[in-house]
Amino acid sequence: MIQLMEKEDAATAADQRNEIVLDTRELNLWYGPEQALKNIALQMSEKQVTAIIGPSGCGKSTYIKSLNRMVEMNPLVRITGQVMFKKRNIFHKNYSVEELRTQVGMVFQKPNPFPKSIYENVAYGPRIHGIRKKKLLDEIVEKSLRDAALWDEVKDRLNENAYGLSGGQQQRLCIARTLSIEPEVILMDEPTSALDPISTLKIEELVQELKQDYTIVIVTHNMQQAARVSDQTAFFLNGEVVEFNDTVTLFSNPNDQRTEDYITGRFG
Amino acid sequence: MKQNTDQMNRMKQRLLLNNLMKHSFLFLTLIALAVLVILIVQVFTQGIGWLDWNFLTSKLSLNPDRAGILGVIVGTILLMVVVGPVTMLLGICTAIYLEEYAKKGRVHSFIQTNISNLAGVPSVIFGLLGLTVFSRMFNLGSSIVAGGLTMSLLVLPIVVVASQEAIRAVPQFLREASYGMGATKWQTIRRIVLPASLPGILTGMILSLSRAIGETAPLVVLGIPVLIMPVPDSLMDDFTALPIQIYYWTLDAVLTAEYANLAAATIIVLLIVLFIMNSAAIFIRNKFQKRY
Ligand SMILES: Nc1ncnc2c1ncn2[C@@H]1O[C@H](COP(=O)(O)OP(=O)(O)OP(=O)(O)O)[C@@H](O)[C@H]1O
Ligand SMILES: [Mg+2]
Repeated sequence: MIQLMEKEDAATAADQRNEIVLDTRELNLWYGPEQALKNIALQMSEKQVTAIIGPSGCGKSTYIKSLNRMVEMNPLVRITGQVMFKKRNIFHKNYSVEELRTQVGMVFQKPNPFPKSIYENVAYGPRIHGIRKKKLLDEIVEKSLRDAALWDEVKDRLNENAYGLSGGQQQRLCIARTLSIEPEVILMDEPTSALDPISTLKIEELVQELKQDYTIVIVTHNMQQAARVSDQTAFFLNGEVVEFNDTVTLFSNPNDQRTEDYITGRFG
Repeated sequence: MKQNTDQMNRMKQRLLLNNLMKHSFLFLTLIALAVLVILIVQVFTQGIGWLDWNFLTSKLSLNPDRAGILGVIVGTILLMVVVGPVTMLLGICTAIYLEEYAKKGRVHSFIQTNISNLAGVPSVIFGLLGLTVFSRMFNLGSSIVAGGLTMSLLVLPIVVVASQEAIRAVPQFLREASYGMGATKWQTIRRIVLPASLPGILTGMILSLSRAIGETAPLVVLGIPVLIMPVPDSLMDDFTALPIQIYYWTLDAVLTAEYANLAAATIIVLLIVLFIMNSAAIFIRNKFQKRY
């Protein structure tokens, strides 16, 4: 009986694994004449953390910014291929970027809070999506700050300017801000590269917490970080995916020589 | 370096020249300053005796002893009531369009170049434009509305350029943060870009108003009557404003010397107003500078 239940649990876990949230198909991207992404194909499953690693300039940021179409803010950018988000192509003309970005949130490399109070930073998302009731806003702000493990540190100074927080706190505030609109996916582009080791650790713990509810894509230069936080890892080189596998396999037993060279620190 | 007499001499020469240049620059700066000081001292000694409460609260009169500038002040204020909102609306909207919406292409650089050109057009030309379009075509005569609209065109480039700079100074990462949460362009502009650039925009507004307050030529071209004006009480009334009254009184001083004193007193009022406005602009700029 117990055995059976375990089996069932394993089965549901596997089912969940198979629920693909983001499916990138033959994605190509050019900045003017320069091709920055070549034939990218990656699948990200629900409630999994996918790490993207690779040397500087290999297209990690470009790729992650394609997933919420922020990359298109650059007028030079041209894209072919598809990214299916829950079976809809995000580049389809009927799919508005506003709708997409409500589902696919982003945390940036450098903490970028608004020059407003801590409260207003977190309330920004719900407000632009039309929530006006003070009580509801209060609840969302508290829940988001709690989920971002920041509530205890800021609950007595919600009305102070966000720029008074430390870098690590600012980054967690930015995460809280992203959580406030309850996206499905959270994209993180080197979220700890501007932070000290302790703040970095806090964010890593937070990622572990958040993956219970969110699908996460995280770009990192830090191999240990990728190994610690992610379930699967993609290794990028010169705009191509060299290897994509679950993290343990990729780090312990890489298929490609270039992956091995990179993770053992022989280049990049 | 090994020192020989030759090098020592050259060194002396260089230091001497350095000193000479320093003092000549100082001297030339002082000349400019001296001219300004003389001007101000002269105006103040001439006008301060005439500047009292009565002068500020009486109407214009042919009799220099009874003449006051109440109507002139009201005229200037009403002029600003037109110029302020008009330039604010047109200026900020143009700046937002150019910075946030327009694609950086031919149309954009065409508009941009023309705004810069407009800033260099002599004010008399704006007067002629106002005369043709507002006074004659729209039949507004030499009313406050006609004057105000003309002045608005004149100072519009200042507001546009200042607002554009303020908007451009808003860091891109703030926009990205907003767009990244699914905000529309308009929401981002209204909630992030405008609040962050407001101090710069305000500074530009004040500077443009102070330019409009001091500008004379366009009003002369519009044909503001030389007659004694009653205090205006609607925007369609004829009017006179501080600089133009100074101009007329200075002209009339050829006949009646005391008018020169009235002009001087009015200049003091104008200078004080301009000084306050420019100080406010500097204060706002310093107070809100660099918050990121
Ligand atoms: N705005 C741009 N215009 C033109 N080329 C660009 C632009 N942004 C990036 N690129 C090019 O695209 C390629 C990928 O850049 P990207 O920023 O995605 O790299 P990255 O992997 O994130 O690097 P890093 O680790 O340094 O952040 C690089 O060759 C870069 O030169
Ligand atoms: Mg990058």
